[in-house]
Parts: sequence; structure tokens; C-alpha cells
Amino acid sequence: MEWETVIGLEIHTQLATRSKIFSGAATRYGAAPNTQACAVDLGLPGVLPVLNAEAVRMAVKFGLATGCTIAPMSVFARKNYFYPDLPKGYQISQFELPIVHGGHIDILLEDGKSKRVGLTRAHLEEDAGKSLHEDFHGMTGIDLNRAGTPLLEIVSEPDMRSAAEAVAYMKKVHSLVRYLEICDGNMQEGSFRCDANVSVRPRGQSEFGTRTELKNINSFRFVERAINFEVERQIDVLEGGGKVIQETRLFDPDKNETRPMRSKEEANDYRYFPDPDLLPVELDAAFIETVRGTLPELPDAKQQRFMADYELSAYDAGALTASRELADYFEEAARVGGDGKLAANWVTGELAGLLNREGLEITASPVSATSLGGLLLRIRDNTLSGKLAKQVFEDMCSGAGEADAIIEQKGLKQITDTGAIEKIIQDVLDASPKQIEQYRAGQEKLFGYFVGQVMKATQGKANPAQVNELLKKRLAGD
Amino acid sequence: MALDSAAVARIAHLARLGIETADIPEYARNLSDILAFVEQLDAVATNGVPPLAHPLEARQRLRPDEVTETDRRELFQAIAPSVEAGLYLVPKVIE
Amino acid sequence: MHRKTLRELADGLRAKAFSSVELTQAFLDRIQAHDERINSFITVTAEPALEAARAADARRAAGEDGPLLGLPFAHKDIFCTEGVKTSCGSRMLDNFIAPYDATVTAKLKAAGAVMLGKTNMDEFAMGSSNETSYYGPVRNPWDLDTVPGGSSGGSAAAVAARLAPAATGTDTGGSIRQPAALCGLTGLKPTYGAVSRYGMIAFASSLDQAGPMTQSAEDAALMLGVMAGFDPRDSTSVERPLEDYCAGLGNALQGLRIGLPREYFGEGLDGTVAKVIETAIGEYRKLGAEVVDISLPNSHLAVPAYYVVAPAECSSNLSRFDGVRFGHRCENPHDLQDLYVRSRGEGFGAEVKRRIMIGTYALSSGYYDAYYLKAQQVRRLIREDFLKAFEQVDVIMGPTAPGTAFRLGEKSDPVSMYLSDIYTIATNLAGLPGMSIPAGFVNGLPVGLQLIGNYFAEGRLLNAAHQYQQVTDWHRRLPGGF
Repeated sequence: MEWETVIGLEIHTQLATRSKIFSGAATRYGAAPNTQACAVDLGLPGVLPVLNAEAVRMAVKFGLATGCTIAPMSVFARKNYFYPDLPKGYQISQFELPIVHGGHIDILLEDGKSKRVGLTRAHLEEDAGKSLHEDFHGMTGIDLNRAGTPLLEIVSEPDMRSAAEAVAYMKKVHSLVRYLEICDGNMQEGSFRCDANVSVRPRGQSEFGTRTELKNINSFRFVERAINFEVERQIDVLEGGGKVIQETRLFDPDKNETRPMRSKEEANDYRYFPDPDLLPVELDAAFIETVRGTLPELPDAKQQRFMADYELSAYDAGALTASRELADYFEEAARVGGDGKLAANWVTGELAGLLNREGLEITASPVSATSLGGLLLRIRDNTLSGKLAKQVFEDMCSGAGEADAIIEQKGLKQITDTGAIEKIIQDVLDASPKQIEQYRAGQEKLFGYFVGQVMKATQGKANPAQVNELLKKRLAGD
Repeated sequence: MALDSAAVARIAHLARLGIETADIPEYARNLSDILAFVEQLDAVATNGVPPLAHPLEARQRLRPDEVTETDRRELFQAIAPSVEAGLYLVPKVIE
Repeated sequence: MHRKTLRELADGLRAKAFSSVELTQAFLDRIQAHDERINSFITVTAEPALEAARAADARRAAGEDGPLLGLPFAHKDIFCTEGVKTSCGSRMLDNFIAPYDATVTAKLKAAGAVMLGKTNMDEFAMGSSNETSYYGPVRNPWDLDTVPGGSSGGSAAAVAARLAPAATGTDTGGSIRQPAALCGLTGLKPTYGAVSRYGMIAFASSLDQAGPMTQSAEDAALMLGVMAGFDPRDSTSVERPLEDYCAGLGNALQGLRIGLPREYFGEGLDGTVAKVIETAIGEYRKLGAEVVDISLPNSHLAVPAYYVVAPAECSSNLSRFDGVRFGHRCENPHDLQDLYVRSRGEGFGAEVKRRIMIGTYALSSGYYDAYYLKAQQVRRLIREDFLKAFEQVDVIMGPTAPGTAFRLGEKSDPVSMYLSDIYTIATNLAGLPGMSIPAGFVNGLPVGLQLIGNYFAEGRLLNAAHQYQQVTDWHRRLPGGF
């Protein structure tokens, strides 16, 4: 039987506020345990939550950027369950009335087609603390620094049909929240996390199969692996005549498998109800318009503009707008270098290769956008051949300075003076009577030999196009 | 609705409340009485009446995003039952 | 000294008739001498009290004055007090030394009021007789075999016995007004949102309000003036200008429109209590008020709606007591669930457990609409009754409680206990201010007259109460033996 995979993602993005969603404690990552857990975060008797304005603004920003409806009134609710990293015994979240709902995200598929993934909703909630499982005499240690960090939980429709689509969607959301500057996107630190709801069904069937929820997916690579494993597992179960059980499963990246979570075995009854300590959040049009005014140019719009302004392909424009930093880098290089297409080739080619090899983010590039632009200028004015340019670029990467300085210092300036090239050609021909004879007798591949000799004599600095042209003329002429 | 002992045990578990087995029948009786009492509400027509969660029906005030709290771990952990290395200790959590 | 009201004691301090230290010592001595009989305090903070009194005397010597500067009071053990045990009447918090001050605590401190100690109360404010306290029942100074009411029973008994000139209380369904009535005091539950709930250990967040329990309306006005006010730490706190509650006390009641809800005088009200209330209403007529009959047709639904809403909120509010970060933790938990189940099983008493279970059930999957949502809808109907009534009248009056103080152990089944708050609960559901003032006695036990006002009409209630207290002396009577 042919199976179809159905995937919906719940992405938890930590909002980049200074203080927590309901308290004035700092949200800085990496502080000593429990030093950023204030009375409110600890759920001490008598404490009360007060909502952080910035968290609301950021959620609205996301909603506006994804075509969501901004709820004129949203309500915080309590999700009740006992867990040691949940200090109050309930998580303040949004249930019936989330702050934004009903938008969409467009992703680019491998075949170059675009696909629209629906957003069910995005709601504000507080993060939990962390359980540290290293051994404290058989006990678990609880650090509540993270408790109360604002989260925007972005819930997609079950619109994705493969792990690759899920990854493309997750990357797009990741890029978007960073464009919007509402999340630092740091996946190692847990700022951007994902749960995946996965099911399979016979192709052509309209009802969904029973789904499982995969937790603890904290990298793009793991999403793909976890989903692929889970799809295989479900198909095996079904083809073996069994039934998929609706459950929460934990992805184990070391073993590359998913397994049922023991702590979630018990069917939970979260007893959601409106949090009586908080009042409904009412947002008026003026507030929403103020937030709209702070929206940056978004990836899709930027991609369209790059295609129009720089005559880039959809693919290149898409790659260059994957992150705001990369797009900014490209635009600066293009501006200085004066050629968008050339800049695009270099950024997606040499530079991307270098960053990939070194495992660096664009923000940590050893060559600045302005410097790359400087190199592009020398390519455009024919100072450098493509080959020389790559050589200069490598020197720039190892910190040898700007392109012009390297050219000057190494004397790499391309020889474009026709007279000078003709003279060298004459020298080469004078030294190769035998080869000329053979060439004229029909061994035309010897043309490459002459070019090589000229380039050798000029240490590669002669303009190859000119060398070709002049050589041909010379060999044909007499 | 009358609650039987099994229902009481289930609710007590959901609320993580230890209750002596011997006391369950009395809880079942009391809770059933209370539920019977509140079920007077069933007789009231409330179609179309919006629920009232807060008496004043005001809207949520927003707090400026400022860090106002400082580290008071030592004070807070002085009243904790079990701490080590700045962490609250609980019996092993199994995921 | 103990026969004086806060107002009179403040005058004494101003006239240098005595110092705050002397005053404080006098009340500490009374606590020492008499509290054994009534068990109204859980913690007496003698040394910090004297220190605060010395500081108040110094402030006064430096030329400072203020309505509560140097005046002692008793603080319900539901308010967090930094460095002082805050038990909420529960074994769960028997070891809890609060690491911070409630906003109300901080305001009273800043005003120079002197805390004598923390008063006994029903466990987590759940009760109407003060019999659910882990620290044992409080006895009513008017008759030691009877209860003082609850949940602010310790505060009520302490002030009734004049072990403190005034006290704080909290009121979720009548917990200030009912004990005030049963102990012959003036008690005021302000409009929801008038007094900060920050640091007041939550029972039912949408109903809880703190207020004063005093000997007179004037004292209540003085205390409320310090306790009330906007607090940015409480999202439900209402942002409005500070009010001088004493300013209108002297206004004449000529033309005041008083509504008597017929539902508050029907079946269930003790006939002798009804007579006392009618006499009190007669006094108001003499003071120039107009009395009209009104109807609050959904009154009978208040207690049932309350016993869904309050337990639902409490079931969630009390989840934080899990033995992890503070409070009671069982010995040697063998796993995480055991830690939760035993810590909570041992830490909470039977009434608290009942309410947690009712609330857990009412919110659980499949029952939410039938119980919780229904109760919130009825809550709106109850509020609308009041709003309609206030189009017609300025103040609603009636009995505070259906009877006088009952005997310890008399109401053993929960539902009959719940009905003690039959007249007070509706105001909490609606968030309205309510007061109880002494209006007479039946068989030597005090009877309370309840006054209910529109939102933020505390000034008007205090004015009506104060004028009544100018022509009656029920509020000046003391129980024998104290």
C-alpha cells in the first residue's frame, strides 16, 4: 500500500524580551541556577502575574507578518498539571482565545514550487523550568530560571506531507521570527523548539490516521530524522496489522528513534479555565497599527524585490533572503560592488562554501560585505580574472586585508594592455616553431598549449579573453 | 451527580491529594451532597448569558518590559525543603 | 486603653497621653493574659512589635503624623509578612517564613502601624467558623462555647476581646462580614480591586478581597485609607485616585435610599435576628433614610454558584503547595508522585481537600460546561440583579448572617456550614463592597446588619455605618471577662 504522511508542527519560540512574561526577572540565558527565578516565577504563596507589554507586541508582530487575525480580545487560561519544573502546578497559557489565529506561511519545495502551510494559531504562554537529571544522590535538580520566559507557540495546520516539507516550514518560521527580531532563534539554547504531530494514512484516504506527538526536537536535522523514523515506525505497525496509539513520544537523537514518554503516559486532564489573576487582553486598532509600523521588510517581499531589482532567479533570491543577516550582507556587497548578479554568485558560491566549511554564521564571516564588494569592483573593472579573484578572496579570508591591498602587494593586477600581451605572444611563438608547425598541420588542440605558455609567462595575470582573441588572430593571420 | 469511591479516588489522584482509604466513603458522601446542592444551578435558564469571570470586566494592564528583580536565591531557598548547588531537589523525574 | 477605638488611641498618641510602645505593650499584655481562652493568634510578634512601636514613636517625635502611626493591629495570617511565619491556618505552611511582604503588609508598615501578631483563621480561608484551622478553633469572646465565624475568626475574636484595637481580614464569601457580625464588630469588604491582593495567599482569586475589621466605621475608614490603592503588582487592582474615606463620614443620611431585598428576609433567617435588623432599619428611617423593598431574584443561586467558582479557583491556586520549593514536605518520598500525594495529603485538612476535589471535578473534562461555565453565567445574573437594584437605591441592607454565633461542632455537614454565608456570598460574586455593623444582640450574642453598596461606594457605606453608630452604642459593647 502507498502511504501518505501528514504532519503538523507546534513551534515554541522564546520571545526576546528583557524580562519574563509575568514578572520582572531577567530572561538572560546561562545564569547560575535559580538566580533569575523571582518570587512570581517560583510561585510563592500570594504572588500575582502582570503581563509584559513587549511579549504582546511581539506576538502581534508575528501575527501581522503571517496574515493572522489579531484577536480584539484574548484570554489567558491555566493549564493544570503537576510537574516539578512547573512551579505553580499550572502553566499560564492561552486556550480558547489565542492572541492571533488563522494566518499562513509559504514554503519553497525542492521542485521549486511554493506551498502554503496554514497557521491554526499562535498563542502566548510561559515557559517551564528545567529538570537536571545528573545525579544528586538519586534526586533530580530543578532550575527555575527559564520558568516564566515568554513563549509564542505557533501551531500549524496538518498541511505538511513529508519530513522535508516540515523542515522547510520550520526553517521558514525560524527565519521569520529572526527577521521580526522577536526570537534569537538559538536552537542550542532552546530558544526555538518544535513538537511534531505525525500520522500516516493510505494515499487517497481523506480522514487522518491516528497521530503521535514527537517531543524534544531541537534542530532542523532532528526534525527530519525524528519524523522519518516515526513514519517508518507507524507504517510498520499498520502493515503488521497493528494500530497506532495516540501518545507522546520522545525523540532520542543518539539512538535515532522515538519512544513513548513515561511521564506523559497518564491521560492528562488539564482542566483549562480562564486565569482569574489576569484580565482579558484587549487590543485596539491603534495598538495594532503601531505594531504594524514596526514591521521590517519580510522574507517573501524581500525575495520578490531581489528578483526584480537584481534580476536574480527565484532560487537565488530565496537563498539570499533565508536570513535577514544574509540578505543584508548581500545587499551591502551588491551596493559596493555595483553588480547584484555578481554579488549573488559570490555570496551563494565562494562565501557560502567558505562559511559552510568553517561552520560559521554569516554574521561571523571573516570577509565583510563591504570588503567583498571591494573585490567585486576589481572583477568588474577587469583588474582581476575569475581565478585571480578566488586567490585574492582566499587571502582576504585569512586576514590579509582588503582586495586592493592584496592586489597591490602581490602585484596581481591583470594584464589587459593589448600591446603588452601581443609582445608576450610573440615571445612564446618565437620559442615554439615546432608547435606552430604542428598546429598549422591540423593539431588544433595545441592552441591550449600556447595559451598556457602565455599565462605562464605572465604568471596568470594576462586577461584570458584577450589572450585567446589575440592568439587566434596571430595564428590564423600568418 | 453522586460520586462513588472510585470517582473520589480518581479526583484525589488528579489533584495529587493523599486520602486515607478509610476516609473515602465519607468524602464520597460529602462531595455528593455538595454537588447535589450546586446542581440547583441546572434549573436556571442561562442560554445566551455570557459567563462572568471577573466582577469588574476590566482589561489587562500591560507592564513595561523592564528587569526589576534581583537574585534572591539564598533567601528563597532558605525556606525550601531540599536544595543542593542552587537547585531544588525532587525524587528522580523519569521522562 | 483597650476600650478605645483606633481613632481615640490615635488622639491619645497625638496628645502624648501614652506612647506607641506603652500602647503596644498594653495589648501584648492583654494577648498574654486572655488569648489562651480564645486562641485568636497563631503567632505573636512581641519583639518586632515593640521595635516597630519605638520606630513609630521616633517618627512622631520627629514631627510626623499619620492615621495609623504607632497604632497596633492584628494581621490575618493569610498576608505574607517578611521574616514572620505565614501559615494561612494550615499545616502545609506551618514552617513557612514568608520571604516578602504582601502589599497590604507593606502599606501598613509604611504607615507606621504596629503588627502585634498573626491571627488564626480557617485553613486557607475555607470555612465559616474557624474550626478548620490547623491551629485549633477560635472561640467567640461573647460565648466561649460558640464559634467566632470565619474565615477571619481570629481577627474577629481578637478585636472583640480587645486584644487588638483593630485587625485585617479577607473576605471571599463573607469571611470579614460574617465573623464581624458574630463577634459584634464593624467589618468591611471593599469593592473587588480596591485593595491589592499581592501577597495575600489566594483562595479564590476572582472573589478575594482584604479589608478592615474594627470597632467602628470611623476606624474602618482610617484603616481602609491605608490598605486600599492601586498596586501595579496586581493585574486586578483598579487604577483610581486615592480616596479619603473619612471625608464623608459626617454627611447626613437625609434622603438616603435603602433597599431591603425581600429574598434576605425569607425562609432561613432566624426570627429574632430579623427583629434586630428591622429595629436597625427603623433607626435609619429616623435618620432620614427612605426605605424601599427590592428584589434580588437570583439570590438563592449565589451559594451554589459560589461553591463551583470558589473551589474551581482554589483547586488550581493550591496546586503550588507541592512540597518542592516551600511548605510541608513528607518524610522520605519514594518517588515524585509519592512526594506530591503525601505532602499534600498531610499538609491539607479535610475541608481544603473537599474544596480542591469539588473544584478539580468541576473543571475536569466533560464537566466544565455543566458546572464551571454554568456558575459563571449565573454569576452574571446575580451581578445584574444588583446593578438593577442600584438604579433604585443607594445602599442595600439586610442581615449579615442568618443567625447568631453557633456552637463549636454544631454544623458538621459541609452544606449547612456553607449556608452561613447565604447573605454575604452574592456581593463577592458581583465584586461589590459590603459591610457588617453591630446592630443588637440576641441572647447575649451580637447580630450584624449588612450594608451593600455599588462599586467603589465604600465612602457611602462608611458614612451610613458611621451615622448609625452616632445614634447607637452596640459597637461599644464589650464581652464580659475581657
